[in-house]
Amino acid sequence: MSETWQGVTEGSPRGGVGGAGGAGSAGSDRVPAAGRVGADRVLGTDRAAGGLSVVDAAQAPLLDIRGLRVSYRTSNGPVDAVTAADLTVGAGEVVAVVGESGSGKSTTAHAIVGLLPTGGRVGAGRVLFEGRDLLTLRERELREVRGRSIGFIPQDPMVSLNPVRRIGDQVAEALIVHGLAGGKQAAERAVAALGEAGLSEPATRARQFPHELSGGMRQRVLIAIALACRPRLVIADEPTSALDVTVQRRILDHIDELTHAHGTAMLLITHDLGVAADRAQRVVVMSRGAVVEQGPAARILTDPEHPYTRQLIGAAPSLTTRRARARPVREPVPRAEPLLTVSGLVKEFALPRTKEGARTLRAVDDVSFTVRRGETFALVGESGSGKSTTVRMILGLEAPSAGRILIEGRDTTRPGRAELRALRRRMQLVYQNPYASLDPRFTVSEIVEEPLRAYRVGSRAQQRARAAALIDQVALPEGVLRRRPAELSGGQRQRVAIARALALEPDLVVCDEPVSALDVSVQAQILELLGGLQDELGISYLFISHDLAVVRQIADRVGVLQAGRLVEKGGCEQVLSAPTHPYTRELIAAIPGRRRPQPLGAVS
Amino acid sequence: MRRYLVRRLLQAVVVLWAAFTVSFIVLFLLPGDSLSIKLGGLEGTATREQIDAVRGANGLDDPIHVQYAHALGDALTGDLGTSAQTGAPVAGTIVDALPQTLQLTGVAMVLAVLGGGGVALAATFTRLRALRQVLLSLPAIGISMPGFWVGLLLVQVVSFQWGLLPAMGNEGWESVVLPALTLALPAGAMVAQVLAKSMTTALAEPYVETARAKGAGRVRIHLRHALRNASLPALTLAAVVSGNVLVESVVVETVFSRAGIGRLTAAAVDNQDVAMVQGVVLLAALVFVLVALVVDLLYPVLDPRVGRAV
Repeated sequence: MSETWQGVTEGSPRGGVGGAGGAGSAGSDRVPAAGRVGADRVLGTDRAAGGLSVVDAAQAPLLDIRGLRVSYRTSNGPVDAVTAADLTVGAGEVVAVVGESGSGKSTTAHAIVGLLPTGGRVGAGRVLFEGRDLLTLRERELREVRGRSIGFIPQDPMVSLNPVRRIGDQVAEALIVHGLAGGKQAAERAVAALGEAGLSEPATRARQFPHELSGGMRQRVLIAIALACRPRLVIADEPTSALDVTVQRRILDHIDELTHAHGTAMLLITHDLGVAADRAQRVVVMSRGAVVEQGPAARILTDPEHPYTRQLIGAAPSLTTRRARARPVREPVPRAEPLLTVSGLVKEFALPRTKEGARTLRAVDDVSFTVRRGETFALVGESGSGKSTTVRMILGLEAPSAGRILIEGRDTTRPGRAELRALRRRMQLVYQNPYASLDPRFTVSEIVEEPLRAYRVGSRAQQRARAAALIDQVALPEGVLRRRPAELSGGQRQRVAIARALALEPDLVVCDEPVSALDVSVQAQILELLGGLQDELGISYLFISHDLAVVRQIADRVGVLQAGRLVEKGGCEQVLSAPTHPYTRELIAAIPGRRRPQPLGAVS
Repeated sequence: MRRYLVRRLLQAVVVLWAAFTVSFIVLFLLPGDSLSIKLGGLEGTATREQIDAVRGANGLDDPIHVQYAHALGDALTGDLGTSAQTGAPVAGTIVDALPQTLQLTGVAMVLAVLGGGGVALAATFTRLRALRQVLLSLPAIGISMPGFWVGLLLVQVVSFQWGLLPAMGNEGWESVVLPALTLALPAGAMVAQVLAKSMTTALAEPYVETARAKGAGRVRIHLRHALRNASLPALTLAAVVSGNVLVESVVVETVFSRAGIGRLTAAAVDNQDVAMVQGVVLLAALVFVLVALVVDLLYPVLDPRVGRAV
């Protein structure tokens, strides 16, 4: 077997990937790569004491990546995305690759099946699958592997299905291109595959188009496509990070079941250590393009060796119960009146008319809560729960159908123009996506000054000085002021957005999923910053999140929204440790990282 | 669906009425009129009094609203008035000239869509970067060459030097080739440009990656996955382009001395033949409205997401 590998690899240059290839240089690149493989193996054997990553010659792993190196062509010359990836997946084994954005985990996954985006190029290494080096295959040979032997579940179900083709056709296509079935038989097997992937009424679904299905259903379709040909390996690239937690759990459970039933191996790419801990037998940690640590999941999580792994575990909200800050003992609040009182809030939207007459959707249904001065109230719910609509009504961006919103006892639901403007000044918003919420043509200083200019606060010089003070307050260096958003990282951008929200000294800052677009280690820093600012300035937060693990770190009190109704509210610790409503319990159970796997072979 | 159609047809009527009214006002405000030109122009012999008498008899001295009411009433019954140049009914003249122009513009549109679409698909399909660059630069060249110049060049080379195809006239299919090519060149270039752009966008979409991960081949990915998504912007453009082709036919029919709506328009404008100009304006508006309607009805066929909004 191992001789065949060498026979195939010897001197055969790497063909172009997706047409953008540069064949011919691989031969010379292989020499240093081989050297690196040797060096990394030392690290690997050290770990092999765990007993699982021992590469037995007799029992070769299904997938064996050695010294993989991938670079992207950019205007500033080639940039290495993966510098040294070594990992193996045994037959039927589930291996998770964990890392933050830019760690090269997704690039590695794509390189295996030759699906690198334009400009991507494999510089060195081998990808041995069932004894063949996939990197040396021609496009035609690689096509036979894709879908048939290696299934691929992509990241974002909302955009990964062709919008103009029927679901059934898209599943059947996987069978048709490999000649496994044709015409009617392929259609029947597609329906069966959809049913297997957990879709109700698969025959109906097969005739529908992607836009008629929810995100979770679309992900099941993608699973059906990936598993239709019964591949030996499935690569799942962040298969559930775009989905709600409860959906995420059901989908992952289902993938688990299916792969287990068919003995399919899985390479699970995820940024979420909790997901990795729940699902994988072995975990591979990547950072800056290189594998820094790998081993059995239980060992990696309980006894990490590499500092980066430790940092990841420390930051992962789902794995920690630590609060972002120590709660100071609360002094009695001087004013009894809460800052924000929401009572009996209702919002109805008209739906398109049907035969039964006009219908309405109750997006928010009799929601009441209060936010006191200096506290953080978190609204938790999944997509469609009505949390965004509630926030829009509080901010005066949407008129409620019924109910009242009081700021310090004053009704804000039907204010005049001037009054509304004054109210807006007291409530500021930090958006979910820091990549979209900052004007790319403004400098950071201009972004932070903008609210001051809009409300004509102070002279230009004063505004500039205030912006500088705010940037300092959110712990960014002064040099950032002259830069533009594109030059900043996601975490830095969110700090700028927070500085902008604080510019007018608001009483209430609404944080709409402020950390869900950020890496875990950055998440923790932003939550810490928000906590510190609250202690310093005494502001209140209305914190919107789908993620109970994040909420646990920042909120004093929590309200759980389900389908527009506030099903449970109370103190954060109380709700999380002793939930009374079944939906809250379901949400808590869905947090990844709660079912630590039993260490295989009981290493420790 | 039926309600949608009714609404669209009502909109079409409003557009036609607006085109009629605006063109009526503009033509009314123009100094001079067709009768004065016909009777009292450079070679005219009629006296001022004679002209005034004829004007009065034709209702040209009435206030604008009376003239407008008359014209609109006649138009609604299908009577677009009589041509001041020939004395023939405008509607009949247009109907007689229409087949020639429809043949010309129809052939031109087919050539434009096939040629432009072909260039775009070849450019996005080829793996040879040099060939792709050449193919992608063709549309820019095609758009930047003025129609009359291309027409003259074709006449010069193909007709006069090689003697392959007739340079003018309406006789037989051969006479359509050169003017249709002239019209198709800029139209096809625009189609190619937009389709190549939207194909490139579509090919970078995640669903294409899904298809590749299934093991689908390049032809399947290009034709079954990317093309149908990419054809939507190209279809919208094709509607605009077919209107442009009609407008361009004024120049091309003149260059190739073909009878048709274009020639009719040029002559009518020259002679301030108000009734005829107005008839052509109505025809142009009708064509635009019909093409837009066809495109709107095609959209839901190509993209199921649009169907729901209807």
